[in-house]
Amino acid sequence: MSELAAVLPGVLEKAGWSVPGGLVPVLAMFICASIVAAAMGLSAAVLVWAERKLAGHFQCRLGPVYVGGKFGWLQSIADGIKLLLKEDIIPADADRPLFRLAPYLVVLGVFLAFIAFPVSEKLMVADLNIGIFFILAVLTLEVFGVILAGWASNNKWALLGAMRAAAQMVSYEIPMGLAILPVVVEAQSLSLKSIVAAQSGGMLRWYVFQPPFFMGVSFLIFFLAGLASLKRAPFDLPEAESELTAGFHTEYSGMRFSFFFMAEYAGMILVSGLAAALYLGGWHGILPGQSGAMWFLLKTAFLVFVMIWLRWTLPRLRIDQVVYVGWKVLTPFVLACVLGQALMAYK
Amino acid sequence: MIGIKKPEQTLMQKIYLPEILRGLAITIRHMLRQKPVTCEYPEKPHVVPPNFRGLHRLIQRPGGRERCVACELCLTACPANCISMVAADPNDPNVEKYPLRYEIDVLRCIYCGFCEEACPCDAIELTPHYEMASSRREDFIFTKDRLLDNNRYVPEGERVSKVRTNETYLRI
Repeated sequence: MSELAAVLPGVLEKAGWSVPGGLVPVLAMFICASIVAAAMGLSAAVLVWAERKLAGHFQCRLGPVYVGGKFGWLQSIADGIKLLLKEDIIPADADRPLFRLAPYLVVLGVFLAFIAFPVSEKLMVADLNIGIFFILAVLTLEVFGVILAGWASNNKWALLGAMRAAAQMVSYEIPMGLAILPVVVEAQSLSLKSIVAAQSGGMLRWYVFQPPFFMGVSFLIFFLAGLASLKRAPFDLPEAESELTAGFHTEYSGMRFSFFFMAEYAGMILVSGLAAALYLGGWHGILPGQSGAMWFLLKTAFLVFVMIWLRWTLPRLRIDQVVYVGWKVLTPFVLACVLGQALMAYK
Repeated sequence: MIGIKKPEQTLMQKIYLPEILRGLAITIRHMLRQKPVTCEYPEKPHVVPPNFRGLHRLIQRPGGRERCVACELCLTACPANCISMVAADPNDPNVEKYPLRYEIDVLRCIYCGFCEEACPCDAIELTPHYEMASSRREDFIFTKDRLLDNNRYVPEGERVSKVRTNETYLRI
């Protein structure tokens, strides 16, 4: 963004528009925000289609085939238009202000997190020096929105979903936060740019493949906890359509519902991208010297595919199983990883 | 009270990860190797087996007149009572009796094919046709003319039943 702000005055001058100097950073912010919002919406749309198509083929079905020709690739656009045109229902007994606020909070969390999203060395809204910490902190807003939605709907399914989301959050947040520590210890930085930069020089320098695999294990743990934070199968208890209708967003319709949907899919990209940046060398290629946004996007896409793959393979866990996995399995393992990595750094 | 013992899990199963990988292998195999089983029905017509029992037809004699001799065996055999008939004299030296009216209420019909089996003249038959949707009830009452017209649902060569020729039929 700072680079954009530096280039912007020249561009504006060429275009013949006079903008007061003080407004240039604001304009740059605005442009960045629109790009992030557009990319988020667009990628969510593509992902919804991809998930439906993949889900179909995983189950020996065809998935969407009608809209937009052979592969139904315009399905998400059609869905989006449908959702826009739908009636926006707020239940009579709902807590109206909170009910309206919740979807925005959910989207806001993911949206803010994209600020520090390291697509490539230059393609990054801002290289915060506490980038990864910032993302984790902001992502927690999403759970806030979910709990609010569940409470404000005044519906038992929604409330149960929200309570599950809260219980689940308590169990995955800790392993997720701790799983990042080995990487931070190794890179000696919280900035995503320098974490990725420290992994340059080919596939073997990626943090997952560093013996004795403390970071490899924490990658798995981060990915699992990330799945839980996205409320995706097998951790989709807050939604649990077979038990809770639609969980916390049971009462939502139209555009507000699609906000939850968009946040989930944008969140998938976010967690996958983070895992790619932290453990899989971000924008660095397989061979030394290769780098570029394409590599990052490829890795992210692969991890997103794994998420979809897991969703259509595994059944949903019970809430006690989720808590068990979070506290008794992931947390001890991740603590061991942190300890091991710290000891190695001490040496 | 019945006590059900949980199956013992081996260590590998308790770790879960190998089992998850096994599951993932199954789903990816389904995606890559197996062809989708979806029938894209309205676009690609469903192929029914040769003995499929669909909509009825009344088989015609070479002259175009129905082969039915109004013996009423079909309507006796019908377990759903969906066939109704009024018999009459056709004033034709070759034909003794014919159905003046012959109606099948397709909404009642259970497609058992007993009418087809009971018919001594092979005059009624169930075609493979099954697309009979309509929004009006009247459309499901198949009159004699419509039943004769249903011959279009079978291939050209099979419209006149090959079981008996006209001559053997006339001798009955």
